[in-house]
Amino acid sequence: MENLDQFRKETKEWLEENCPPEMRKPMGPGDVVWGGRNCKFPHPDAKLWLERMGEKGWTCPTWPKEYGGGGLSFDENKILQEELMAIKARPALSSFGIWMLGPALLEFASEEQKKKYIPEIVKGEIRWCQGYSEPGSGSDLASLKTKAEDNGDHFVVNGQKVWTSYADDCDMIFTLVRTGPQEPKHDGISFLLIDMDQPGVTTKPIKLISGKSPFCETFFDNAIVPKENLVSELNKGWNVAKRLLQHERNMIAGMGLGGAGSAKKKKDQIISSGMATMAKTYVGEDEGKLANPGLRQKIASFDINSHAFSLTMKRASEESKSSNSGPSPASSMFKYYGSESNKLRYELMLEAMGTKALGWEGEGFGPAELAITREWLRTKANSIEGGTSEVQLNIIAKRVLDLPQ
Amino acid sequence: MSLVLNEEQVFLKDSAKKFASEKTPTTHFRKVRDSEIENCYDDKIWQEMVSLGWTGILVPEEFGGSNFGVAGISSILEELGRTLTPSPLFSTAVVGVSLIKHASDDVKKEILSQVVQEGLRLSFAIEESNHHDPLRISCEAKKEGNNFIISGEKSFVIDGGFADKVIIACRTSGEEGVKDGLSLFVLDADAKGLNIMPTKMVDSRNAANMKLDNVEVSSDMLIGKEGNAYEIIESVLDISRAAISAEMLGSALQAYEITLDYLKEREQFGSKIGSFQALQHRAAVMFSELELCKSCVIESITSFDEGGNDSERLASLSKAKVGEVFHLISNESVQMHGGIGVTDEYDIGLYLKRARVAEQIFGDSNFHKNRYAELTGY
Repeated sequence: MENLDQFRKETKEWLEENCPPEMRKPMGPGDVVWGGRNCKFPHPDAKLWLERMGEKGWTCPTWPKEYGGGGLSFDENKILQEELMAIKARPALSSFGIWMLGPALLEFASEEQKKKYIPEIVKGEIRWCQGYSEPGSGSDLASLKTKAEDNGDHFVVNGQKVWTSYADDCDMIFTLVRTGPQEPKHDGISFLLIDMDQPGVTTKPIKLISGKSPFCETFFDNAIVPKENLVSELNKGWNVAKRLLQHERNMIAGMGLGGAGSAKKKKDQIISSGMATMAKTYVGEDEGKLANPGLRQKIASFDINSHAFSLTMKRASEESKSSNSGPSPASSMFKYYGSESNKLRYELMLEAMGTKALGWEGEGFGPAELAITREWLRTKANSIEGGTSEVQLNIIAKRVLDLPQ
Repeated sequence: MSLVLNEEQVFLKDSAKKFASEKTPTTHFRKVRDSEIENCYDDKIWQEMVSLGWTGILVPEEFGGSNFGVAGISSILEELGRTLTPSPLFSTAVVGVSLIKHASDDVKKEILSQVVQEGLRLSFAIEESNHHDPLRISCEAKKEGNNFIISGEKSFVIDGGFADKVIIACRTSGEEGVKDGLSLFVLDADAKGLNIMPTKMVDSRNAANMKLDNVEVSSDMLIGKEGNAYEIIESVLDISRAAISAEMLGSALQAYEITLDYLKEREQFGSKIGSFQALQHRAAVMFSELELCKSCVIESITSFDEGGNDSERLASLSKAKVGEVFHLISNESVQMHGGIGVTDEYDIGLYLKRARVAEQIFGDSNFHKNRYAELTGY
């Protein structure tokens, strides 16, 4: 306990000294720092902040120190996160390397691979994207056809991936490829790390219903991949893939957080509901109550579920602290509930805002209103990406509840 | 507030689990239900609970209790909920004891020691209509010298049909709907003018309607200050709502597990019915909902003992969420059992009946959603 108090004190001091003032202001949509060879920083302070946090390993606080991580314990990380929140610090780095690839590499990669790739992720030097889905392989991911052929000291990769997030801005792609065409479908897949800076790899953005293009198609046309870029054994990639998906699901589940319950109540403070406060400005109030009783009831249900969900995320983290087991098939529950909840959040916002939430561009709508319209459309993918809600329910039924095949 | 139980609470939960499986499996519930026992529970079982110290869990040590807290008694109720164990434990050891703790030292000494040692049974008469509403009280107490004279009617008094003491919420001033003017009194069940009419509910437990016709009670039996009982009532109701949520969670978990087992054994169309996606997805949704319920209950039951300041909202969170999920599971369980689900021979229907009564205790999901919204500022 004494050590933790000391850690909190030192952390506070370090953050006070090293977190630039600009990085304590609320973030706009373009302010996320994704890292990478061509990293765009919204402000010079963002670069400084990433360098300092990366040097300390605090972009990945619990990863081992030997690979550049922070080496913090569960409790120390909790303190770090609390102190970051206390000064409203922006995340120094956001990346699929941190959320998805890194944890899988730490579990499955060779020593050489860890030494090479983990520090780059921690410092934000390389930006990664995910090459999983294909046009013919969505929910049935294991039917994927992109093939990698053995050509001596390297593989030659041909095929197409789809829904590769931000592929047009990324440096490397972690990819599932077929290396054993004769094997049963789950046993012929390998996990390859592919450098995108080569003529054999091209990307094309996909325009979504939101009007934005966060996803791409990625084409492999005789792409060259050195043998040392194979993670785990040949044809054993499905195990890595599944594990990584659990990390991805936890990440998407986090989007379901927020709402009246997730804020920790301090003494005498009155917790308010973000949704209800917002709704009041659009539908008005009647003696403190949201004026539309039907909407009020729906928001109360939403807030209650959201509160219960955030408590459950916390409980799972408390429970995993002792067992140190990482994500489990139960992460499908979080993915399912979190993404459904996030979709509902935006549907309720639309309901509260009425036609104000239905603007596309131009006059008559505020920037925040226009952003909500677009984000509402974006949330429709939440229950599809990382495995559909239906796939999550299948996983719960089979792996958690052990129901018959 | 913690999201995991401590050692003491785990110990209580384990002993209750053993008790329920050895002494009060659902066959016990059926035996009591189908017997001539009017009060709907077995006195011998009640005395065993008393000797295990369960009635003293919320009682301070100076009055002979163990003071193991709301999380302790709730953990026991969760396990008893699994087998639908009938007993006046909730009405006595949770609701009654929590109310008496606000009484004078003399009353505390006298009543609490009897609860702990002999299993004196308490009940709380608050409701006056078919929906929970702690402000809708018109039962009236008039002061006369050193006494009060109480007249009015009460309904849905849980375990009220066979209690030894009745704690009654009434008005010493003010009118229906206002917080000021509410007072609490401890009455003997055989007090003159107190007419108790036991009602057997659909879950085969007893509640009671009561008619008070000029019942005389000494002002010594007043709990708290005259006209100022509202806060006491609300705080005791919140403890009780959290605790009954724990019992409901236990029942919901058991109904769910019984159903899961059935999905794994019943065959139709040449396959186990649990292999059908139409049923798998519903089972998976219920699993997720139950995980949320577990978190609400543990956060809520530990908030009282750890001095949290969000207990009111957490109690409503629990009662609203668990009520809704127990409702869902009780319906789905019967449906997934098919024809045998509606037979008396199978236990699953017993959980459906219990669910509806428990949902009503101290506020259903609609009541608590509304209250949660109010406490959250909308």
